[in-house]
Amino acid sequence: MPSTRIPDLFRRAREENRAALVAYITAGDPTPELTPSLAAALERGGVDLIELGVPFSDPIADGPMIQRASDRALGHGMNVRRVLEIAREIRAMSEIPLLLFTYLNPILRYGLDKLAADAAAAGIDGCLLTDLSVEEAGSYVGVMRASGLDTVFLAAPTSTAERRQLVARYSTGFVYLVSRTGVTGESASLSDSAGALVKAMREVTKLPLAVGFGISTREQVAAVARIADGVVVGSALVRVIEEHGEDPRLAGHVEAFARELAGGLRREVPA
Amino acid sequence: MNVSEPDSTGHFGPYGGRFVPEILMAPLEELEKSYLEARQDPEFQSELRDLLANYAGRPTPLYHARRLSELCGGAKLYLKREDLLHTGAHKINNALGQALLARRMGKKRIIAETGAGQHGVATASVCALLGLECVVYMGAEDMRRQRLNVFRMRLLGARVVGVQSGSRTLKDAISEAMRDWVTNIASSHYLLGSALGAHPYPLMVRDFHRVTGEEARRQILEREQRLPDVIFACVGGGSNAIGIFHPFVKDEGVKLVGVEAGGQGAELGSHAARFSGGSPGVLHGAHSYLLQDTDGQVALTHSVSAGLDYALVGPEHAWLHDRGRAEYVSATDADALRAAQTMARQEGIIPALESAHAVAEALRRAPLARGQLFLINLSGRGDKDTDIYRENLKELDAIDANS
Repeated sequence: MPSTRIPDLFRRAREENRAALVAYITAGDPTPELTPSLAAALERGGVDLIELGVPFSDPIADGPMIQRASDRALGHGMNVRRVLEIAREIRAMSEIPLLLFTYLNPILRYGLDKLAADAAAAGIDGCLLTDLSVEEAGSYVGVMRASGLDTVFLAAPTSTAERRQLVARYSTGFVYLVSRTGVTGESASLSDSAGALVKAMREVTKLPLAVGFGISTREQVAAVARIADGVVVGSALVRVIEEHGEDPRLAGHVEAFARELAGGLRREVPA
Repeated sequence: MNVSEPDSTGHFGPYGGRFVPEILMAPLEELEKSYLEARQDPEFQSELRDLLANYAGRPTPLYHARRLSELCGGAKLYLKREDLLHTGAHKINNALGQALLARRMGKKRIIAETGAGQHGVATASVCALLGLECVVYMGAEDMRRQRLNVFRMRLLGARVVGVQSGSRTLKDAISEAMRDWVTNIASSHYLLGSALGAHPYPLMVRDFHRVTGEEARRQILEREQRLPDVIFACVGGGSNAIGIFHPFVKDEGVKLVGVEAGGQGAELGSHAARFSGGSPGVLHGAHSYLLQDTDGQVALTHSVSAGLDYALVGPEHAWLHDRGRAEYVSATDADALRAAQTMARQEGIIPALESAHAVAEALRRAPLARGQLFLINLSGRGDKDTDIYRENLKELDAIDANS
């Protein structure tokens, strides 16, 4: 089993009787130069783990918000190599856990072995590939773990009992639970399916469980924090970056939004 | 090893597979199970056969193109007339099969993507026939190029949704259809129109189009008492090609030639020739030859024919290619336009621009192939392309006048 920064962060959050806050941003959005400062802002605002998105031209699992962020980042020539450079910059100033978050094809093109070596050297803790099913993940998992990197997989409301066991078996670090069917994006109300999925996954794994998709407010964070070990916020944060992309106070807006969300993490009744 | 079938997880050699977000994995397993049951069910097969015969118009003729053969002065050319099918192309074979399957699975809503509009029209027709709701995603650029088909779909009661992202062509329409599916899984079936995507789609789409090759095999044996020497088919995703190739794969003496879109030249972005210009990669659920840049981003493609304008080739074609069982070449926009014109003038048949790519390659080889039998899959008719022919042949006339 890899020993990365990820298990520690969930342990710490549990000791503090709160859920961990996981934040997704697309590396290179609004510009590659600003990404490290946004990571620092997120950490100051109370984020525990950053999912660093490598943009892909055809992000089938993403809604319009992250599609637009991907387009902006690709417009700046963002690629795996440059995202790893950004990771190295972040790592030089912070110990915040970093998860590389992308689709399979850019990784295949970069080379699995090279990615594992370079990501580990850049201070990345793990990787999540949205369109890599556990069935196709055998060699990937082997290579990543050999470099000491966590492999996070998704479980969904549609996952059968058999599939939930497979996902648990292939995952290290944590399991990312997709709260509802659909693509990434904000939702007005939180799906009921999240609770059932958390319960079902608890039966097959001791790994921390983080819930994402559609979470954009402090109230939603609080609701998820009551049932899960981690809360993932993506599109809502990308929206703040889109709205204030040109604003010199962008990092301040991002930090304030993270702090607002982090306010929902603490569980009022001791677990 | 049976090289004509994928393994249990949908791999054709190193290609194919199931590369989709976890949300879609169980639904794909369910689809595979339902399809494999339907495949063995005589009632399902008999209903499909009946609709293929009495609704779609099968069997289609095998036509000896006498004047075109004489013009080439070499091979004897036969056309498999899929262009005569209801809705104007081979796409109806698969649309009928999958729509019956969707109904059997209790799905009331059908999602489809379309490039040239032929798959969209076929799906819209079949949905009207079976009383299913139909939503078709189409790239905005393709909607402009294929206005007539957009209207036909609407006339048939389908909702056509324009896709503004990316290159605004087939690739983006598939992405958007997948996003719809991932959101509406319980109620909807994604009726994918080519031999692409995650398992079981490449297998299922191929099976529904095999009827083309089975008929052609029987017809040419009746007519010529022998098998053809070469079979030509255009390859976008590759559904018409795999349909006509598959029943001949075991006949080693029969050459199989797939013709991709050579577009306007060999530069990345100017064509859709995946075998000569691409490398293995993953897009929309399958591993196959993909046009991509050095960062693994999917490249833009170009073809005058919307139906061939796609960055990934169907995985079974990739496997036929690597095994050397089929050969893949490309025809340029200009080649296809010229071939279409020749066929129109010689035979009174206006082919779809997609099919014209296969015709172009056959016409190129025919003069040097005296005594051989060529079989061309005329996968669709050219009515939908009238505007594009008008725009483009003007230009060619001007080139001819200067040469």
